[in-house]
Amino acid sequence: MPIEVLKEKYSSRIREVVLGATPEQGGTRTHTITIGGDSTLPFLHFEGEVPHRPVVAVEVLDMVPEWSPALTKYYADVLDNPAAWAKKAVEEYGADLIYLKLQSADPELGDRTPEQCAQTVKDVLAAVGVPLIVVGCGNEEKDNQVMPVVAEAAAGENLLLGIATQDNYKTLTAACMVHKHNIIAQSPIDINICKQLNILITEMNLPPDRIVIDTSIGALGYGIEYSYSIMERTRLGGLTGDKMLAMPVFCNVGYEVGRTKEFNASVEEFPGWGPQEERAIVWEAMTATTLLQAGGHIIVMRHPEAIKLVKRNIDALMQKNSF
Amino acid sequence: MLLIGERINGMFKDIGRAIRQRDPKPIQEWAIKQTKYGAHYLDVNTGPAIDDKVSAMKWLVNTIQEVTDTPLCLDSTDYDAIEAGLALCKRPAMINSVHADREKIERVFPMAKHYGAKLIGLTMDKKGVPKDSDDRTALAMEIVAAADEFGFPMEELYIDPLILPVNVAQEHAIEVLKTIRNVKLLANPAPKTILGLSNVSQKALNRPLIDRTYLVMAMGAGLDAAICNVADEELIDAVATARILLNQDVYADSYLKVFKAGREEA
Repeated sequence: MPIEVLKEKYSSRIREVVLGATPEQGGTRTHTITIGGDSTLPFLHFEGEVPHRPVVAVEVLDMVPEWSPALTKYYADVLDNPAAWAKKAVEEYGADLIYLKLQSADPELGDRTPEQCAQTVKDVLAAVGVPLIVVGCGNEEKDNQVMPVVAEAAAGENLLLGIATQDNYKTLTAACMVHKHNIIAQSPIDINICKQLNILITEMNLPPDRIVIDTSIGALGYGIEYSYSIMERTRLGGLTGDKMLAMPVFCNVGYEVGRTKEFNASVEEFPGWGPQEERAIVWEAMTATTLLQAGGHIIVMRHPEAIKLVKRNIDALMQKNSF
Repeated sequence: MLLIGERINGMFKDIGRAIRQRDPKPIQEWAIKQTKYGAHYLDVNTGPAIDDKVSAMKWLVNTIQEVTDTPLCLDSTDYDAIEAGLALCKRPAMINSVHADREKIERVFPMAKHYGAKLIGLTMDKKGVPKDSDDRTALAMEIVAAADEFGFPMEELYIDPLILPVNVAQEHAIEVLKTIRNVKLLANPAPKTILGLSNVSQKALNRPLIDRTYLVMAMGAGLDAAICNVADEELIDAVATARILLNQDVYADSYLKVFKAGREEA
């Protein structure tokens, strides 16, 4: 019996955002990465176009992190050297791009100067050829000093810089405008603020194709269903013509999973949960693949084994399933 | 919500005079102004007082297209005038309108198909405008059946249930709202619905208030398009707000501004 495949036809598509710049384009990257461009819900190849693979960014800190030993053992030789860390992430663990967090700028965690931070960014740029995401330490006042200096030092590299929020977006937006970078616009799992922040940023004349949405996410077991709903609503809005929701989506998976009990607890603490190593890998991979299904375009990850699983999943999801 | 600028109509004195004297200035000014205010289409009506509607329509279409690419909604009871206009339109146009009369249906549907135009179907026939929703819906059904018969895409058909002035035919307003709901059930995919909005407030006081109140009510019933005064900022604000309340757009604090900006880009 023939089956009629019902197809939805959307009036619009998600914008493409290009990250990185090659020497011809004024940067030093070996290649650029394009995300977005989808004209359908995630991976419905039979219904519309999914022109670009989602990408995995691997997280690198500019200081030795207080992560679970089950994770740090993979980076043991490079934890105090962000450039070497980034190189390892790209060459050994398959990072599509590097997510560099300038944690040590935090006044309570080293208080490194904007110039020192900019040097770290340059070192990482020199060590790898992939495009870079660079975010501040999370202290707004300090980030507003650091990020403009970073943006200037890396002018031409077409970085993705974060984090802009509804209460603190002007300095970063201006830095992205002047030095031609892209911005991460973060909202607290709130579709209305998500849209409003994009409006505010574009009102400062940063073009919408330089914005990547961070809807905020929860890890598996920690509110991932809320993230899923918001990401889905964002995608549907973008596909049905809402220009202020039609941006690709960024998901900071490694950080959120890295602070769950399931990722960190030993088997001795919870014998019923099984061995920590396996559990940690599966927890990060499951969170990441769920958010891919919800419409994530950039997935930030930490655990090399989880990265392997997720990249394999992306390969499978990008197989055309046309009817 | 498809918004069609109503202003280029010979019923307005400035436009009527401009058509008679072949003076392009008022026509082009209104074409530009309505486009700037975000009209998706511009209604083009020679008015009833013009003898040679064919040449008037051709002149109007050419005159407007000299200054804007906004698609046109050719509005006439003279189908030769509409056809002459369609032949000149650079972008797919809209035909305003066909009635539920066999000879009109046979004349207009093939023409709409030939030119790839959208089509407005009025729920009236030789006997005039029905009193209630049931009769309006029955006439809408005849037009919907004709779309099927002529292979005309249902999504391109706009049923106009004909709102009458509230100060002389008050009982019609509610019947029109019922008809908008009913029309959506006539086919799958459903035909679209449209109103010539300003008619509701003809010769009444507080016209803008009546217009925007009724437009919001009609949107609640499922209205897809309106021929209206697109330069009425409060009317457009009401449309943007109704879209939010109907969950057609995602709320953001700057939603009014974004709605207007979006229309300008469209």
